[in-house]
Amino acid sequence: MKLFLETYNNSNSVDLKDIPVLSYEYFANMLKSYFVDSDNHCLSYFAFKKDNKLKFICAVAKDSNSKVYLSSHELKPGVTSLRSLTPEFPQLHIFEREISENFGIEFEGHPWAKPVRYPSDRQDKEKVMNNYPFYRMESDELHEVGVGPIHAGVIEPGHFRFICNGEKVLHLEIHLGYQHRGVEKLMLQNDNSLKLCVLSESISGDTAVGNALAHAQLMESLADFEAPDDLQIERCIALELERIAVHIGDTAALCTDVGYQLGQVVCEALRTTIINTTQFWCGNRFGKGLVRPFGTNYPLNDSIAGEIKKILSDSGKRYFDMAERIYSLPSVLGRFDGVGTVTKEQAYKIGAVGMAARTCGIKRDTRMNHPFQFYKKHSPQFVIQESGDALARGMLRYLEVKESVKFVLELLQKWESTDKTALKPVYDHKLKPDGFAVSAVESWRGELCHFAVTDDNGAILHYKVKDPSMHNWFALALAVRYQEISDFPICNKSFNLSYCGYDL
Amino acid sequence: MIKEIKILRQHGVQYVPDLKGAVLNPLFRGRPIIKEQPSESEREMLIKLCPSDAIITESGFGIDIGKCVFCKECALSCPDKIEFTNDYKIASNDKDRLIVRKGDTEIRFDEASVRPEVRKLFKNALKLRQVSAGGDNSCEFELNASGNVNFDMGRYGIEFVASPRHADGIVITGPITENMAEALQICWDATPDPKVLILVGTDAISGGMFKNSPAVKREFLDKYPVDLYVPGNPAHPLTFINGILRLIEK
Repeated sequence: MKLFLETYNNSNSVDLKDIPVLSYEYFANMLKSYFVDSDNHCLSYFAFKKDNKLKFICAVAKDSNSKVYLSSHELKPGVTSLRSLTPEFPQLHIFEREISENFGIEFEGHPWAKPVRYPSDRQDKEKVMNNYPFYRMESDELHEVGVGPIHAGVIEPGHFRFICNGEKVLHLEIHLGYQHRGVEKLMLQNDNSLKLCVLSESISGDTAVGNALAHAQLMESLADFEAPDDLQIERCIALELERIAVHIGDTAALCTDVGYQLGQVVCEALRTTIINTTQFWCGNRFGKGLVRPFGTNYPLNDSIAGEIKKILSDSGKRYFDMAERIYSLPSVLGRFDGVGTVTKEQAYKIGAVGMAARTCGIKRDTRMNHPFQFYKKHSPQFVIQESGDALARGMLRYLEVKESVKFVLELLQKWESTDKTALKPVYDHKLKPDGFAVSAVESWRGELCHFAVTDDNGAILHYKVKDPSMHNWFALALAVRYQEISDFPICNKSFNLSYCGYDL
Repeated sequence: MIKEIKILRQHGVQYVPDLKGAVLNPLFRGRPIIKEQPSESEREMLIKLCPSDAIITESGFGIDIGKCVFCKECALSCPDKIEFTNDYKIASNDKDRLIVRKGDTEIRFDEASVRPEVRKLFKNALKLRQVSAGGDNSCEFELNASGNVNFDMGRYGIEFVASPRHADGIVITGPITENMAEALQICWDATPDPKVLILVGTDAISGGMFKNSPAVKREFLDKYPVDLYVPGNPAHPLTFINGILRLIEK
């Protein structure tokens, strides 16, 4: 009996019927055999309605051999409860919560069975934003602090509820959903696939390139199309520019939070030079419009390549000087060092991805583990930090910018010798019927996945987006335990997780 | 210390001296122009293509930049009829004036309908509270950038503040999600009168890509008059700053 279907990221799509349908017990045993190895983690676990049944698909990624394993199980109509697998595999917690909220399935024994984002099509309309079941601790010595949904700065909304003993945080609960716009449902508009590109770019503005690329890759998988080298390289460059810009902006934000004004203003100005380069390339500072399926409206040319080279060399050097200064100042180090620590064990347990994993010593980076686009042929070096604290998260950004700058300059060299195909985007490409495709990219936050299931006409039946923040918000909650509440902004900023990417 | 002086020297002068006259690179997607009326078949094609229903055909062909997501696909498919210019001064206080027609050379402002107290009270200092209600954070980034070392709108006394009680108005980004509607109302009620209401970005002005989503609830906008519409996806800092300067006549 076949227990799983093997596939790869950014490869051809598979037939939905080839994904083995297991009994729930077999499915649970299958997951057990995956997760016994810390090398494996859950890309996503989601459900959708098909032929009157609820179908559950779990995609597990094996980091050492780049494989993705797909297994599934089904529920007949009327069955509304399942044994929760979260006690055994904590990294599934958020996915079971999401399925429960969307389809009314009760996961018996789930330790934290709470709403995720209050989507407009949730099963239980009795559950509303302002009666979120916060965890309580009864004691005269403890107090609660509620922050949000609207925060002091110009940022997105979310509610943080702390339980504190004096200054010390005992527990943080993060309640999100304020940004929910119904993206996944809107991705089922099969009349015009340009809509889907623009929607992808609107999932999270700071990850416009990442989401557009994940979407483009997904469409291409479902059409068995492989982008030519020049297009692949351009996409990688765009993704790295996004990473560099956000990391530099985050460095500015971290400096703001510890009152180091020079670091703040210098990094703000340097970020401007990078996003203006993206604007020079495609007319938008966030790269909206740059990445499209099957081609591009903005092929790289010599003048843009020259500008990227010039700005990266110049701003890169200035940023490295600044970052070296920032991370050698005792007054800065004193605020970051040992603050908000997440252990490697915790990170494995919650299935942390991206920066949150790499700052805990875990070698998890989609670009190397599950390469896509030109990363298959040429990839950057792993950047790893071990200490899991705010300092590690700050340093990681600095070192990743360094690696990305070097990498983009290498890519530009390779780009020069490729044939220039200058393919145009296609918005009405026929997609494979009854297909399923996986598309993962390493956005600056981490592993970002788009999945799609098509029906017998090749129309999109189900679309699933997984932002890395789905895994990583829990890391923030763990990081602030036993910290001073005044260190929360530093912890929050050092993770910089997505509200809208999570709320969808 | 010496290292810091070296960094400061490299940093140099960063601010944009003339915020009203700065020129953006030619590829920047700002105000569209309609060079020629598209043919009947082209109109049909454009209506089908446009992801956000920004193509207007009532009383002549037009593009509603309050609905436009600035993807430029219409101009790419009809390059001899439509063009996107780098004109970033595209904010207006009148929603109808966001519709671009053939022959238009600017987005006009309706001076007559600006409330007198807005100019009287906020000319020298305008403190704003920002509320993101389903925004994708690109507009929020640009609003932050409006106050950074490059754009520095603080030079005109325009600033974002932490509390609605300290604010002279609210700046909304995002299509206004149902889940955020109550918080937005509370924030608005907490802002003392007189106050301005500003919508930034296509999502806020028309709902953008999300206007038909059941997760969006825009009744708030039926209740209060809007003082300024700032289009864009996202709105560029220069669009925002110039729009405000126009509103407070500075």
